[in-house]
Amino acid sequence: MRLNLEEFFKLLSKYEIEEIEGLKLEGDIEIEIEEGAAIDVINEINLAMQHLMKALSMLGAAPVTPSLPSAPVPHREFRLLEEKFEPLPVKYSGTIQEVQLGAKRSEGGSRGSVVKLGGERSLPFYLFDSPQPNLPAIAIDVFDRPIPLPKAVREHYSDVMENPGEWAKKAVKLGADVVTIHLVSTDPLIDDTPPGEAAKVVEEVLQAVKVPVIVGGSGNKEKDPVVLEKAAEVAEGERLLLASATLDMDWERIGNAAKNHGHVVLSWTQMDMNNQKTLNRYLLKRLELPRESLVMDPTTAALGYGLDYAYTNMERIRIAGLKGDEDLSFPISSGTTNAWGAREAWMKDSPIEGDTSWGPRELRGPLWEITTGLTLSLAGVDLFMMMHPAAVAVMKEFMATLGGRKDRIETEDWVGVEL
Amino acid sequence: MKVKSPLEIYRLLPKTNCKECGYDTCMSLAAHIIDRSAKPEDCKPLVEDAKHDDEARQNLEKLIELTSPEIDEVIVGKDLKIGGEEVLHRHELTFFNPTALFFDVWDTMDDKEIDRRCSKVVGYRKFYVGRFLTLDGIAVRCTSGNPERFAEVAKKVAGYGSPIVLVSLNASCMRAALEAVGEHNPLIYAATLENWEEFLKLALEFKTPVVVRSQDLDALKSLAATFRSSGVKVVLDPVTEPVGEGLRETFERVIQLRRTAILGGDKEIACPLIITPIAAWKAEGDAVSRAYWETVIASLFIIKYGDAMILHSLEPYTIMPLIMLRANIYTDPRTPVQVEAGLREINSPDPDSPVFITTNFALTYYTVESDLTSGKIKGWLLVLDTEGLGVEVSVAGGQFTAEKVKELIDKTGVAEKVNHSYLVIPGLAARLQGAIEDETGWRVLVGPTDSGRIKGWLEKNWPPK
Ligand code: SF4
Repeated sequence: MRLNLEEFFKLLSKYEIEEIEGLKLEGDIEIEIEEGAAIDVINEINLAMQHLMKALSMLGAAPVTPSLPSAPVPHREFRLLEEKFEPLPVKYSGTIQEVQLGAKRSEGGSRGSVVKLGGERSLPFYLFDSPQPNLPAIAIDVFDRPIPLPKAVREHYSDVMENPGEWAKKAVKLGADVVTIHLVSTDPLIDDTPPGEAAKVVEEVLQAVKVPVIVGGSGNKEKDPVVLEKAAEVAEGERLLLASATLDMDWERIGNAAKNHGHVVLSWTQMDMNNQKTLNRYLLKRLELPRESLVMDPTTAALGYGLDYAYTNMERIRIAGLKGDEDLSFPISSGTTNAWGAREAWMKDSPIEGDTSWGPRELRGPLWEITTGLTLSLAGVDLFMMMHPAAVAVMKEFMATLGGRKDRIETEDWVGVEL
Repeated sequence: MKVKSPLEIYRLLPKTNCKECGYDTCMSLAAHIIDRSAKPEDCKPLVEDAKHDDEARQNLEKLIELTSPEIDEVIVGKDLKIGGEEVLHRHELTFFNPTALFFDVWDTMDDKEIDRRCSKVVGYRKFYVGRFLTLDGIAVRCTSGNPERFAEVAKKVAGYGSPIVLVSLNASCMRAALEAVGEHNPLIYAATLENWEEFLKLALEFKTPVVVRSQDLDALKSLAATFRSSGVKVVLDPVTEPVGEGLRETFERVIQLRRTAILGGDKEIACPLIITPIAAWKAEGDAVSRAYWETVIASLFIIKYGDAMILHSLEPYTIMPLIMLRANIYTDPRTPVQVEAGLREINSPDPDSPVFITTNFALTYYTVESDLTSGKIKGWLLVLDTEGLGVEVSVAGGQFTAEKVKELIDKTGVAEKVNHSYLVIPGLAARLQGAIEDETGWRVLVGPTDSGRIKGWLEKNWPPK
């Protein structure tokens, strides 16, 4: 397997796996032994059938009946029924809106790269239904102050937690297509950082990295609109993603900030498709937010802790969008870092009597984030907000593979060999 | 199933409302057949009549045909069901039979290692929402090319009592193994264009289900049709290629097969699908990367239509995400995930024991309950009706309020059972501390945010000073 990403292997070596083999794959035995053989066998059977038909017609039996085996067939006990598989094509009438995060200098911003989300005309990775113009992007979370993080995550960022600019740079180094700066310190119950000062952190991050930036608030309903508005002002034209507008805060103010300063709004609802539709409509119809300035977050729950609801909610939203519901045909964002809320991701071992030991948490944790993200990628997520570098690396490999961006690599068949 | 309305089923039932099926009316049984919580055979009078009455027999046959699942259901071992699915997306109804997970051993492995791996498979337990999740079975692979050895190992593995997949493309090896363990109804893997005729004979002789294997879907369908027309139960293997474009094509084959079976009505390939994430172990990389990638492939196909799987990694860190994902994806979205509200006594509490409160969301409740039980903590556990929402969401959404806590305390009479008035609330409900104190007059202690830490928390905070 080619995980291609040096960083991932470096991480693995941290887990004291000494030997890391070369990244190139040189398979020498092929899986597809059947293909040629299939034709041979079918040909042979066809031939046998023809002989039989001929023989029967000479005997005066009706040669047309296809159910030949009912006649006594000499020597052959069985014949292979020749069938053709016709896959059923599926086409949707709708297209998911394409949304660009970040703007280059020529577009009124200062980003070195931009990210395009959405544009799908089929279910995720169903390339046989329709090509998928954009693969999902990954954003890595950065915070404006040190915050408590699970050990497996913390150890990758402990050197930069005091400095959001450095943290953002590290995020890009670890594979982030986008950086999210969470202004958690603005929460009146934490540091109550004034909006002007918080906006400076946003500027600092914009200076530090060339990728598009997402700005998150603290979740405080009164303060977030003011903080996000200020960030929107100082980053005029950068096509930030403002995270987030919700139904129970001043979505109008956040929406207007995006509209007036050239940004995108993240429309966030709590796992309720109807609420998602409502909030999107408010933003689109009442505020006349342009369609290319809206991304939605229908809420991510961790594997084992409501992932089934999150998955089904997103899948339904995506299908509705593809079927032509214009209020729901927007790119979907997932706070995949939520996976770390599951105790299985971070706890040393099971607190429950009778459980088989859970295994080393430094290997379990990233897999929890991967499985949560991977599941939602199949529901239609276009933007993942993640944290663990190994999880980011594996998700990228996975999506590039299903997205048709990888070459064919032959591998030996596993059936009759030792592993 | 073909029918959508209970009326179509009702027509074919006896319409006497005799209640023998356990439902009040024939119509009620019909409705349960539609959502697959009951079967036509549950109508005993009809089954009885069918034995001598022609019309009844026809009705019963018709009913069984009309209500059989879109994807054939295949039984491996005594009663492990695979397939039997109806829909492409779980919200359209539900997924029924969770992906069966088989873990491999091979016959050139030394016996100790085989035993070690088999014990791990049958012994695996993970507590989740009120029950222990377990693994399904063992895949015995022939790497020796020696029929006697393969048979010997198959026999040894069968001793563990789990369902088995026998893996060999060689008919004489397969025959030897079937002679040893055929009575246990193993799944045989696999018939291909090269060996199909001998494998078909084996399947008929030993009456076992068979995997047919080809990445050419015309050939796969031809094999399936051939075996099924002889009355053999079939599982499809469109060949799992583990990496690169091959993996993408595997995904395409799986989706096309399942979609064409369910939406396109192609009955020949309306069979369970087997996926082999084990193929990741023939890709490049160290053990951890391969184990990770195997988990990635398995996760992908737990979500997308894999009905059975052969895996290699028995590391708990790869198994746990897979079985929890499987539990999530195969949870019936139609059933509420709530437990009854009220007061629970944990480990025979006494009047000095602490009083805890949690929500009636099944996942939250069972987590807290099992943490207290396993931690040997004596306590009174109040279960609040939050309409099946977890702590964080219900506090934010107004289903977990001080007023409702007071109501619950009054209704359960917990105050009379203890000689203190301290209530431990979840850390995630900390913001209700003041409100609950005001409303109830109890002293409220804020517990940890994760109930797995209650034990340590109690050591410091109980009894309160
Ligand atoms: S047992 Fe049969 S006849 Fe009796 S009520 Fe049930 S469905 Fe009707």
